[in-house]
Amino acid sequence: MTTLEPATDNLVALESEAIHIFREVAGEFDRPVILFSGGKDSTLMLHLAIKAFWPAPVPFPLLHVDTGHNFPEVLDFRDHVVEKHGLRLVVAKVQDWIDDGRLEERADGLRNPLQTTPLLETIAGHKFDAVFGGGRRDEERARAKERIFSLRNAFGQWEPRRQRPELWNLYNGRHRPGEQVRVFPLSNWTEADVWHYIAREQVALPSIYYAHERPVYRRDGMWLTEGPWGGPRDGEDVATKSVRYRTVGDGSCTGAVESTATTVDEVIAEVTASRLTERGATRADDRMSEAAMEDRKREGYF
Amino acid sequence: MSSLLRLATAGSVDDGKSTLVGRLLYDTKSVLADQLDAVTRASVDKGLSTPDLSLLVDGLRSEREQGITIDVAYRYFATPKRSFVLADTPGHVQYTRNTVTGASTAQLAVLLVDARNGVVEQTRRHAAVLALLGVPRLVLAVNKIDLLDYDETTFTVIAKEFTAHAESLGYDPASVVTIPVSALHGDNVATRSGRTPWYDGPTLLEHLETVPVAPDPHDSPLRFPVQYVIRPRTPEYPDYRGYAGQIAAGTVRPGDEIVVLPQGIRSHVERIDTADGPLGEAGAGSSVTLLLTEDIDITRGDLIAAADAPPSVTDEITGTVCWLSSKPLKPGARVLVKHGARTVQALTDELHARFDEQTLSSVDDPETLELNDIGRVTLRLAEPLPVDDYGSSPRTGAFLVIDPKDGDTLAAGLVGERFS
Repeated sequence: MTTLEPATDNLVALESEAIHIFREVAGEFDRPVILFSGGKDSTLMLHLAIKAFWPAPVPFPLLHVDTGHNFPEVLDFRDHVVEKHGLRLVVAKVQDWIDDGRLEERADGLRNPLQTTPLLETIAGHKFDAVFGGGRRDEERARAKERIFSLRNAFGQWEPRRQRPELWNLYNGRHRPGEQVRVFPLSNWTEADVWHYIAREQVALPSIYYAHERPVYRRDGMWLTEGPWGGPRDGEDVATKSVRYRTVGDGSCTGAVESTATTVDEVIAEVTASRLTERGATRADDRMSEAAMEDRKREGYF
Repeated sequence: MSSLLRLATAGSVDDGKSTLVGRLLYDTKSVLADQLDAVTRASVDKGLSTPDLSLLVDGLRSEREQGITIDVAYRYFATPKRSFVLADTPGHVQYTRNTVTGASTAQLAVLLVDARNGVVEQTRRHAAVLALLGVPRLVLAVNKIDLLDYDETTFTVIAKEFTAHAESLGYDPASVVTIPVSALHGDNVATRSGRTPWYDGPTLLEHLETVPVAPDPHDSPLRFPVQYVIRPRTPEYPDYRGYAGQIAAGTVRPGDEIVVLPQGIRSHVERIDTADGPLGEAGAGSSVTLLLTEDIDITRGDLIAAADAPPSVTDEITGTVCWLSSKPLKPGARVLVKHGARTVQALTDELHARFDEQTLSSVDDPETLELNDIGRVTLRLAEPLPVDDYGSSPRTGAFLVIDPKDGDTLAAGLVGERFS
């Protein structure tokens, strides 16, 4: 559920909780990694991780699952952040899996559903035992069921009926070899909290979160942009519009919204007035079925 | 007053909890057009003429198929007065387990009953668990009052019975509120109902917006579990050695005398660091880094406490456990205990009693504790822990019991006498 009017002093409590979670993972696990896409949630997560260990460096590498359908502005931002903070970055390219036959391109050309295999194989290959994700419970009703520490079996699968109870702030990170724990430090944040915190902390984001002119075409009720994912097709007219992105994912399924918001404050005003959730507005992959997110999480997706 | 209220729901199956939560979200305009569209479409598919608001919250495929809630879900909504984090707990078979999960961080719990059935076994059990966990405030929502023609007498009888039960559990009547509601039609949820003219109390939402929230225990003695030692070893900070953690209770200032437990070494706080700069004071709930005047060997799991009021350090805990696993507890069982940032091996020495939530009495020397049982046990620890009574300091009085074999959480533990 998207909450529209947060009180800004909640942010103090949310920040403190997230820092506590980062430090708990650093203390309990051998090989944690932060899943980093360059989107606003993972950028915020990284900002909080830097605060949690200051003045020491962040003791985790970053992992980016690159679908090959990224926005160039986001990749530039990713590389800039990695360099600025002296971080280590692991990139799992979906294209590599397609090239050597471990994955097959889908008929609809969507790469987002193909991310799960490279993600799980990279986690296994590097023996990562805790994987931070920027998921928030307000995003989607299956995510509302997530624990902050979410145990996945050796196949990376989520089993909602067998989740551990999570009590007080005593997080249980015990797991058997091969199992992993997904950790969600932003669980209790809403989209509005994220934007208010970005404003308060002046967190830099990829430029496409703010309004800019872009040639776009309409497909399935969304404004998509040109790119290697195929489009526009015949009959899809390209028009230049002032748009911005509410989420940043794979370009083939992430739509832009019409917007003139060029500053954080204008974005906050726009998000507050919107009658659509961020996923409902711009993510095709969640529209595939009633339980699209749940099904992908069961397979090992975030 | 805090602008954030953490609350939990409880109640038995089919009391309408999901509908009530859906109604709260809907009436606070926390449901956006695409979510409502999806629910309306699904309701039409099921042959319903109005949107089934419970579909807003029952997020799992099998929950929607069965029309029940399987697992705790967390919801967020806000009004101009306050933000809310709501733990929506299922009422089904695994009642205690889910209620304990949802209620461990709650400042208030909303219990639902069906007005046609009144206070039932499950209501009494849930109230007992909430009292055990020290949830400060209760609301009883007497739901489906529309099915009884908004009858005042029925409501009054249920309200009296519940308030008496809550008092016998130790609740002050001022911290218990009863409200007649119809979640289906929205009566007294966010808007005052014209159909209950005899009721002059607040709507559920008004109460949630205005109920005083107990502040974090700032005036208690300092408790600071050390989570992580920050040692940059960078050219800029070659000798920095900070102890990072979240203050569990009390307040800390530079110059304060502290004691490091279980070692018992004394020192003083030199500085309180954060990434945003040093602080002159920090209170419960803050994640900070403490620097001490003396160079002491401190590791993750140690506790920094006020030197003049330290907790007791013990290698034996007697406390109450809510058994959350289908693997029963037997005397002699080897378990792990997680307390603060430390996990130690433990041996179950003795099962003293099992609590009966219905009669509020206890059965002595049970042979086992089974799923959802609440009992008093003694655990012998391989290493000493600094513990407080849960009643005086919940964060340092709480512990987890963990299965050493598969890592599962077996029980929620509370140090000290919680029932007799």
